[in-house]
Amino acid sequence: MAVNEAQIAALKDRARRMRIDIVKMLHGCGSGHTGGSLSATDIMTALYFAKMKYDPRKPDWKGRDFFILSKGHAAPVLYTTLAHAGFIETSELCTLRKLGSRLQGHPDSKYLPGVEISTGSLGQGLSVACGVALAHKLDKAPNRVYAVLGDGELQEGQIWEAAMTGAHYKLDNLCILVDNNGLQIDGPVAKVMGVEPITDKWRAFGWDVQDIDGHDMAQIVAALDKAETVKGKPSAIVCRTVKGKGSKCFEGKVEFHGTTPSKEELEMALKELDEAVCK
Amino acid sequence: MNQAQKIATRDAYGDALVALGKKRNDVVVLDADLSGSTKTSKFAKTFPERFFNIGIAEQDMMGTAAGLAIAGKLPFASTFAVFATGRAWEQIRQSICYPNLSVKIVASHAGVTVGEDGGSHQSLEDIAVMRVLPNMTVIVPADGIETTLAIEAAAEHKGPCYVRTGRNKVPVLFGPDYQFKIGKAHVFHEGKDAAIIAAGIMVAEALKARESLLAEGIDAGVINMSTIKPLDDEAVKAAATRCGAIVTAEEHSIIGGLGGAVAEVLAESAPAPLVRIGVKDQFGTSGESEGLMKHYKLSAADICEGVKEAIKKKKR
Repeated sequence: MAVNEAQIAALKDRARRMRIDIVKMLHGCGSGHTGGSLSATDIMTALYFAKMKYDPRKPDWKGRDFFILSKGHAAPVLYTTLAHAGFIETSELCTLRKLGSRLQGHPDSKYLPGVEISTGSLGQGLSVACGVALAHKLDKAPNRVYAVLGDGELQEGQIWEAAMTGAHYKLDNLCILVDNNGLQIDGPVAKVMGVEPITDKWRAFGWDVQDIDGHDMAQIVAALDKAETVKGKPSAIVCRTVKGKGSKCFEGKVEFHGTTPSKEELEMALKELDEAVCK
Repeated sequence: MNQAQKIATRDAYGDALVALGKKRNDVVVLDADLSGSTKTSKFAKTFPERFFNIGIAEQDMMGTAAGLAIAGKLPFASTFAVFATGRAWEQIRQSICYPNLSVKIVASHAGVTVGEDGGSHQSLEDIAVMRVLPNMTVIVPADGIETTLAIEAAAEHKGPCYVRTGRNKVPVLFGPDYQFKIGKAHVFHEGKDAAIIAAGIMVAEALKARESLLAEGIDAGVINMSTIKPLDDEAVKAAATRCGAIVTAEEHSIIGGLGGAVAEVLAESAPAPLVRIGVKDQFGTSGESEGLMKHYKLSAADICEGVKEAIKKKKR
């Protein structure tokens, strides 16, 4: 759908409010993945509030588009998105990672409506997305399938097996977004195990590729629109992002891959995010 | 036992898939470049649009099967047992068993009877590594008839299943009136002196062993434990109480498979001497099937020795 400036502004504000919820829930929980949740927040906002079809009252609605968080450790951004989209109450976010909570450390489809499949072990979500896309191709159904992958996750060999499957079966109902934030738990991706050139790799595997700024809402929405017009091959949108985006406390800091904000950091982040509203 | 009639369980699987595909539109089949061997090629020929060759990529095949399942299909994924359960174990754990999806993994070429291809291709650990996964059902059919029924039962069962088939033709043990139920053992002979609990191709060996033992005045029971998980605990306990000694027989490592599962029940609920016939913590090797069965002490004669040993233990 084409979106106007006011809609883009509304999406940006949604992303800002989602970031507030994410840092609050992570601080409250005291464990979880801050950096990779904040880097993917704009992507998730565009998907759920500008693109995907779903019905939060009927998570199993046959006409829905499917979403798979292949980088499952970014669960906080998924839970926050599901809360904003109406699948769960925002108040439930504070149960993150607690015993008995539906909000498991990594997404668990057995408990939480709106989570299509459990993820967390990296490299597996794209294969699942291919399977969902194949099923809908077989049924000649119009549903689309989206998956968010990490750049570090591209080190998993299974990703490239699935990349072949997607191209081989011409899954043009499948679109992935790579959250290319450049950092993984042990350090810069380029230093741990280089994955560049990412765009060339996907292109070589037979995918349609777009390279965008993953924090520019208009660019993300436009890329998703364009991906829908691609025929005969799947789409990869490589999103250049900043790990921990939203507060100077976390931005580009590898230590926030798997740690959460302290009280001081939370206060500083909330101040920055609240201030962002005036811009 | 109709020794004259022999069917490979993988062939029965191929035929059962085609029959199932005719009955149910939601059945889809995946293979990893071994469809000619696993016999999914029969389904591929009949329903090409519902067959997906994923290439030599077992991990991706399991994940793709999971995706087909969440989109409402009933996927059967096949390759050799060693690759299905070894190469793709973590995909089965994370993307199939953890979310409890109805994906049916039917793997062929299990055990030493793969033969000449050798130890790299002879899966002797698959039952153990599938059995340990929560939500997973593990079935090892004894003949072609039971394979057909097991595939039908697996299709009806909600949740993941692992069904193990073999390469070679094996005797038909069951008649057309045989009723298969997941989790229910079939007692061929109750026995008195010891009970042989067997699975897969070892059931036919166990029946042969019983005949030899009868000639020596030993009445050994024969139980077909085709479902390894959930194990028919009651059948194990009843056999232990009735006969006082148990022999397990499987074409698999004696660690963690049928022998392991039976040992757990006996130790906890019905202590009785146990002898495990199976591969003794070794890898396989190249050779022709029959020779390998003897080499690894899996033949009817080895089961007879096991029964005598178990009876001796009982008397101690």
